[in-house]
Amino acid sequence: MVRVKLPTILRKHADGEAQVDADGSTLRELLADLETRYPGITKNVVTPDGGLHRFVNVYVNDEDVRYLGSLETAVKEGDRISILPAVAGG
Amino acid sequence: MSVGFTEEQVRRYARHIILPGIGGEGQCKLLDAKVLCIGAGGLGSPVGMYLAAAGVGTLGILDFDKVDESNLQRQIIHSTADVGRPKVDSATDRLRAINPTIEVVPYDTILTSQNAFEILQPWDVVVDGTDNFPVRYLVNDTTQFLGKPLVYGSIYQWDGQATVFMPGQEAPCYRCLFPQPPPPGTVPSCAEGGVFGVLPGIVGCIQAAEAVKLITGKGDPLIGRLLIFDALQMDFQTVKVRWDADCPVCGKEPTITELIDYDAFCGLAPGEAPPEAEHGVSTH
Repeated sequence: MVRVKLPTILRKHADGEAQVDADGSTLRELLADLETRYPGITKNVVTPDGGLHRFVNVYVNDEDVRYLGSLETAVKEGDRISILPAVAGG
Repeated sequence: MSVGFTEEQVRRYARHIILPGIGGEGQCKLLDAKVLCIGAGGLGSPVGMYLAAAGVGTLGILDFDKVDESNLQRQIIHSTADVGRPKVDSATDRLRAINPTIEVVPYDTILTSQNAFEILQPWDVVVDGTDNFPVRYLVNDTTQFLGKPLVYGSIYQWDGQATVFMPGQEAPCYRCLFPQPPPPGTVPSCAEGGVFGVLPGIVGCIQAAEAVKLITGKGDPLIGRLLIFDALQMDFQTVKVRWDADCPVCGKEPTITELIDYDAFCGLAPGEAPPEAEHGVSTH
């Protein structure tokens, strides 16, 4: 199981939880498992054709996955996955 | 003490002047500095107030909006008696009350592709405290083109983000961090989704701290690093912000070389208000 940290805006899909666990050896598998557990949670993260939206960043530990392997980035137990949407409030 | 200070300045800034890391030299730099804060809202409140208190010699504040009662829960630069007044008037009064020895330059205007260069040109450091995507991209592009450091902060509900974009070789900009804004309507505004009142205070204070560090040249600013703050979990996390060689503004072969139509870029019809815009600024 890999721990995924959710921004406030996605917590409504996960019963208000700030962090959830998901299964997978790549980010794509992890997000697919997350979607199975919490339907709708990855709608604004993964594009309909299976890429990553450009207004949401995903980090494995402190690295943006766009500079790793994008959705094919390997993940393992102990990694900290963070989903970060662009927000504009001020 | 430095011979350059008046007795009043020595009294007022004593705790900075004796502070290792600022000292007389750092305080002189603050007094000589010109900082522009875009937006006199939740983020702009602590940014303006702390930079005024710190003795930033020339402090600009830009906003086109008027103080609304619903602002008072977090926009602490404004008081109940200010409801209905232009935000820059209210903010200017407050900043001058905190520190009458600095110069405050109010801009009661909307930042646009037409006036952005002229407005941002005189300033050493720009602080982004606006509340909508079109202006965030406009401020980013303008500071990149002018080569000025941008202290970025952004909030939503319980979450905050802060970083510093320093134009220069292979240094990231806002477009490297978020190449595209979310489609209109996918992210509720603070007016719709709510915002924790203390949140902009914390994020704005981080921006003020980074501005002071940039001016004094001390410490490690948040360049190439993004601070992610979760007020509910009281969790601070720092992640890397990579320079994108393909960035349309700061990449190897830029495709955006002048200011564009930011409403269109953000998927808004001409003249349509950004769904997030509540204070701060619009682009038209």
